[in-house]
Amino acid sequence: MTEPTPTAKLATQGILARARWHPLEFVFWIVAFGSIWFAPNKHLILTEIAWLALFALSLDLILGYAGILSLGHAAFFGVGSYAAALLAKHGIVTEPVLALFCAGLVAAVLGFATSFLMLRGADLTRLMVSLGVALVLRELANQFGWLTGGADGLQGVTMEPILGLFRFDMFGHNGYVYCLVVLFVLFLAARRLMASPFGLSLLAIKGNPLRARAIGIGVDMRLVAIYTIGGFYAGVAGGLLAQTTAFSSLDVFSFDRSADLLLVLIIGGTGYLYGGIIGAVIFKIMQDYLALWSPQYWPFWIGLVLVVMVLVGRDRMTRWSEPLRALVNRLDWRRTPS
Amino acid sequence: MTVALETSHLVKKFGGLTATNDVSISIKAGARHALIGPNGAGKTTLINLLTGMLKPTSGRVMLGGIDITNMSPQKRVRLGMVRTFQINQLFGDLTPLETIGLAISEQHGDGADFWRVAGTKAGVNQDIADILDRFRLADVMNTKTSILPYGKQRLLEIAVAIACKPKVLLLDEPAAGVPDDERHEILTSIAALPKDVTVVLIEHDMDIVFSFSETISVLVNGGLFTEGPAAEVARDPRVKAVYLGESLDA
Repeated sequence: MTEPTPTAKLATQGILARARWHPLEFVFWIVAFGSIWFAPNKHLILTEIAWLALFALSLDLILGYAGILSLGHAAFFGVGSYAAALLAKHGIVTEPVLALFCAGLVAAVLGFATSFLMLRGADLTRLMVSLGVALVLRELANQFGWLTGGADGLQGVTMEPILGLFRFDMFGHNGYVYCLVVLFVLFLAARRLMASPFGLSLLAIKGNPLRARAIGIGVDMRLVAIYTIGGFYAGVAGGLLAQTTAFSSLDVFSFDRSADLLLVLIIGGTGYLYGGIIGAVIFKIMQDYLALWSPQYWPFWIGLVLVVMVLVGRDRMTRWSEPLRALVNRLDWRRTPS
Repeated sequence: MTVALETSHLVKKFGGLTATNDVSISIKAGARHALIGPNGAGKTTLINLLTGMLKPTSGRVMLGGIDITNMSPQKRVRLGMVRTFQINQLFGDLTPLETIGLAISEQHGDGADFWRVAGTKAGVNQDIADILDRFRLADVMNTKTSILPYGKQRLLEIAVAIACKPKVLLLDEPAAGVPDDERHEILTSIAALPKDVTVVLIEHDMDIVFSFSETISVLVNGGLFTEGPAAEVARDPRVKAVYLGESLDA
């Protein structure tokens, strides 16, 4: 084989840069796993953050990467949640990890089926279609009370130990570790996926579907694929909620849940995978503190914070952090001087 | 010589309006062909019919002897029918490197690889580098496309198309809006396109048309007005009349 030209070497480095780990990412996950030890009395809320983060990550995959706007992402979350709860209740799949995977698959099937509806039309159509699907599913869950428990929720779910070893304890310690590990593993998979030619092609489709077609990208099939994957992720997130609370109710399908999820992603930022996780942390902590401080009016304060954030603008917020980023980049020992 | 691109009795109607009226064109492999015509002559519609963005009302499109009339746009690209756009259609968030890399991956048929980190195929990287060098984009390869100077974006527009390994390349006003000092870069790049690629140029600028093309087709009101070698078309008084808006009877 002939020696690559200098430009080819630079090109190789340039493309691989997208897949390379930034030092801050290591710090991020060390802190995340460190929380298992340094915040043991916060594990219940951290568990909520973990599944919300995974849920937001699933929306980021379809919105931040493929540009599919959805106001009904709770549909997949809800289906995953009921699937996990039903599998445990009826003893079909009792081992939680396997059940979680099955719950994700059920949601993925739903994602695949509904993705063809999402191919039609642009943003507004997609918003309405996704919203409609979630509403339909909620009503179905309500009507099929013999299966889902209807408005009372699905009760009497008992969870077996994770991998047959770790019980879900009442303080939520094992539950949190479980959620965090699932989040981390699925995050790694998403990271790998988005550093692939497939991931790049999604960004291209989001940026300019017309040109994406004109360079030979099969736009529709790529969108179907990522919507299905997004469904899987959301289903797993819903499954985590059901497994850690041993309960599932109609609330998993609610419109509020889809809308809150968009807020989470807007707070954290889209298209870099960490947005959903960071957004989930900020959203939950904000909700928690505001609820303590102002038990009756906390939604007002959340609304106010969001309005201020939008007014200030995300661009300006990233500029605040610019000096920090520059510092971080200087600290990156593997960065080649350019 | 073989025929690279052929249309036969191509018609496109939008309601009562006939945008393309019975156009039969045959372009030889390796040709440098220009498609000209006044505004509203149906040039853009014809390109959209060729690339599959629009479906013709009747008639056929043949690429290298294969009937592509009913094929999807992306399938035509893989067969070698590639276009550029009059108004830049690029991926603002991606770099020139990634953009060209994507086009080459699609051409190799591994654009849907989802578990391989992009950039791990040495051959692909070399192909990308060659195109970056050829179109003088190597120095900006890691700059976001949205903040590139307009002239560079214009170059990238053509470079992406070349990355698709075209057999027939449709250039839609490649130098539109490019400032004079960056213009020669575009023109040299076009002149240096490989000889085995059939190039169809859609252009308003007559200097470019006559310096570049060997044969010319003139479209007027959706129909083929006249065609022939560049020198003949240049001398044709009727073509001048059409362009200057003069009446033929006068």
